[in-house]
Amino acid sequence: MSSPPIRVLLAKVGLDGHDRGVKVVARCLRDAGMDVIYTGLHRTPQEVVQAAVQEDVDVLGVSILSGAHMTIFPRLVDGLRDAGAGDIILIGGGVIPDEDVVALKALGVSELLLQETSPADIVDTVRRLVQERGPR
Amino acid sequence: MLQTSQQLVQRARSGNIAAIGRLMSRAEVGAAECRPALADIYRLAGRAHVIGITGVPGSGKSTLATRLAVCLRQSGRRIGIVAIDPSSPFSGGAILGDRIRMQELAGDPGVFIRSMATRGALGGLARGTLEAVDILDAAGYDTILIETVGVGQDEVDIVRAAHTVVVVSAPGLGDDIQAIKAGVLEIADIHAVSKCDRPDANKTIADLKNMLTLVHAAPEAWRPPVVPTSSHQREEGIDALLEAITQHHVWLQQGGRLAARRRNIVAQRLLKAAESLIRDRFDAQRGAHTEGLIDSVAARDIDPFSGAIALLKTLQIEVS
Repeated sequence: MSSPPIRVLLAKVGLDGHDRGVKVVARCLRDAGMDVIYTGLHRTPQEVVQAAVQEDVDVLGVSILSGAHMTIFPRLVDGLRDAGAGDIILIGGGVIPDEDVVALKALGVSELLLQETSPADIVDTVRRLVQERGPR
Repeated sequence: MLQTSQQLVQRARSGNIAAIGRLMSRAEVGAAECRPALADIYRLAGRAHVIGITGVPGSGKSTLATRLAVCLRQSGRRIGIVAIDPSSPFSGGAILGDRIRMQELAGDPGVFIRSMATRGALGGLARGTLEAVDILDAAGYDTILIETVGVGQDEVDIVRAAHTVVVVSAPGLGDDIQAIKAGVLEIADIHAVSKCDRPDANKTIADLKNMLTLVHAAPEAWRPPVVPTSSHQREEGIDALLEAITQHHVWLQQGGRLAARRRNIVAQRLLKAAESLIRDRFDAQRGAHTEGLIDSVAARDIDPFSGAIALLKTLQIEVS
């Protein structure tokens, strides 16, 4: 039996109404054969964590264009761990300064894909991280 | 460190969300390791009232499921929702967007929502849907809503999954002849007409009611009600729909009807499971033999039916 599609939950958190980018990403991942769940806008970190755990996704991708990344990502990392879902790979996307990228990776965000990232790179990154994590 | 599926069953029964989610993923893949665990789950399940919601794409299934779940939550019941969306026939990928309509339920610990992709299944459900329902049932969810993929006229697998089937019709699609055609409309225990704030909704309601008067039913038979609903005017019709669902559930519990319905469901499920095992074996083994036969059929040396018989012969299946 062939391996199941990679499952990805894409979310927008907080006061950030810009979701054209996340829809483009959703479409790219779909065309790469993945199951993509999109939550819609204005979710709280707790809601996103609950959805990711219920959906048992391989990857949680959160797009933040509001500048609140240093507040929101730590809550997502903690929330996933507390829910016993620390093996869900957290990827951030958006406009994030270099020093914050370093800090967020140290906190446990697996990868940050910034505004110049090509669709092919996004797909490759998701596949690579899921491969590195292995079966679960 | 991988958890065994049996360990996941124990944790799922005590309500662990991560374990429920993981078990559903394994059930969807259908790995052999998971089978004994799913057998345990099946023995534990059988308490929940399973409600199917089906209808054409855009008819308002997700919205209606959300409104129903919100109302059911007020009575303290825990709700499971399995929402199905289509996979791409080209890439195999899917965008599962039912959660976007279900934001009102986000964060509620008494609601478990799972999105599933059809992955080529044609009957309106996804592979692993019935197992996901069993898992929610065994984990103590009282009412389980299955929202099918948007269906056409002939995808009626929901009747082998749900005790009560709600068919959602939206106004403005087709005339009274559509209403008397065979197929999806026949499986309804309850008809919901969505978007009833629209001016043409009355005609849809009338067409459905007329269609139902043509049915020659026994006096004690269930008569499917037609319930107008509107989410535009928030609560319109939801109480009536909930009442109709409750009445159907009460009706089922009389005179052994629920047991009969459950038996009917498992009968179809058993046959489908056998069918899918044969299909898996067929797909795994047909491999090399297929290409040459396709060439022969394409060249019109042999016809497709003879080709099929020859193909089955290579798998030691004799048919004539």
